[in-house]
Amino acid sequence: MVGMIGRKLGMMRLYDGAGRARAVTVIELGPNRVTQLRTTERDGYEAVQIGFAGNRKRVNRPERGHLRAAGVEEALTVLQEFPLDGGSYERGQTLTVEAFTPGEFVNVSGVSKGRGFAGGVKRWNFRGGPKTHGQSDRHRAPGSVGAGTTPGKVWKGQKMAGHMGAEAKTIINLLVVLTDPARNLIFVEGSVPGADEGIVTVEPGRRGPLKDYTPPVLHVAAPVVEEILAPVVIEEEEAEEALAAEDAAVDETAEDAGEPGEPAGDAPAADTTEEGEAAQ
Amino acid sequence: MSIDLSTLAPPRNETIPPFNPGDTVKVHVRVVEGNRERIQAFEGLVIRLRRGPAGDFTVRRIASNRVGVERTFPFNGSRIDKVEVLRRGRVRRARLYYLRGRTGRAARIKEASRTTS
Repeated sequence: MVGMIGRKLGMMRLYDGAGRARAVTVIELGPNRVTQLRTTERDGYEAVQIGFAGNRKRVNRPERGHLRAAGVEEALTVLQEFPLDGGSYERGQTLTVEAFTPGEFVNVSGVSKGRGFAGGVKRWNFRGGPKTHGQSDRHRAPGSVGAGTTPGKVWKGQKMAGHMGAEAKTIINLLVVLTDPARNLIFVEGSVPGADEGIVTVEPGRRGPLKDYTPPVLHVAAPVVEEILAPVVIEEEEAEEALAAEDAAVDETAEDAGEPGEPAGDAPAADTTEEGEAAQ
Repeated sequence: MSIDLSTLAPPRNETIPPFNPGDTVKVHVRVVEGNRERIQAFEGLVIRLRRGPAGDFTVRRIASNRVGVERTFPFNGSRIDKVEVLRRGRVRRARLYYLRGRTGRAARIKEASRTTS
């Protein structure tokens, strides 16, 4: 497994079989597709390019062409290369959370939350000045930045206020507490860089898997896929009757209100609600 | 597609009867000693209760030597075998931390006249 791309959904708590709570980050991981293979002959290095739907809805034409070449019809907006791990991959191949097993350790990377231009106290844990004893505007000041005549300058690398956060961060060796292939979810112990809904990558960690690990049971049963896919059977006659009844109702309102323009707007709204219910 | 994380949270643990701060409860806790598992009871006054999937409650009792002991139990942790509600207390606040400074007669709580839950 080279790695996968997903979206951080947020944090919650899971209880293991012994009744202990674990703080976990929920990541919607995949499904990912292999969009391209980098080879030594052509590119000078070996890597697997992997795509994930991401937060953007559309891809531009060159991107679409690139995806089509891999036989991918979905709009995968996040593409990233991972160094080849010796496994064999094919263009267009689908990767799912099932690639990870509970009890394993993974490295999770993401872009940390941006802190903007942050002062020394936040950025470097400076102590700041005293709160009292006649202090004015020295509470969060950085203090001295160097010596006097010698060296007569401020050393490079002196810790000062500046831009903080919004940089790539990796948290290594996080325990995979649980996976939920039905919903493409992976539950990783601990926190993960970035805000909720942010894009993160999950790669195999260096640490070996736990022996005798029993994952906690997810309390809510996974939604039964058949139920969602099962066509809602409505007898034709019934449907027609329902429609006729609805039309009649709309006509009545139209007459009651005496405004022909208004009720026309109501009818599609009614339709949408019904469709929504039927879909469920 | 984003998922509402609250749908993944466990539902209320129905094996635990409803109770409120001020009530006296007996919590039967599973204790693992070596390879054996036994059940130990912890009886005291509920001084704090948090609802929701990550909810827990704190029980305070006065142990031997008049030492106050507080234990916090998660509702969903499954370490609890069962909870008995022994007495309903009438209190006017949700967090009974003021009891910590009191002992004996000063730490009494009136029994609720009506059953609230």
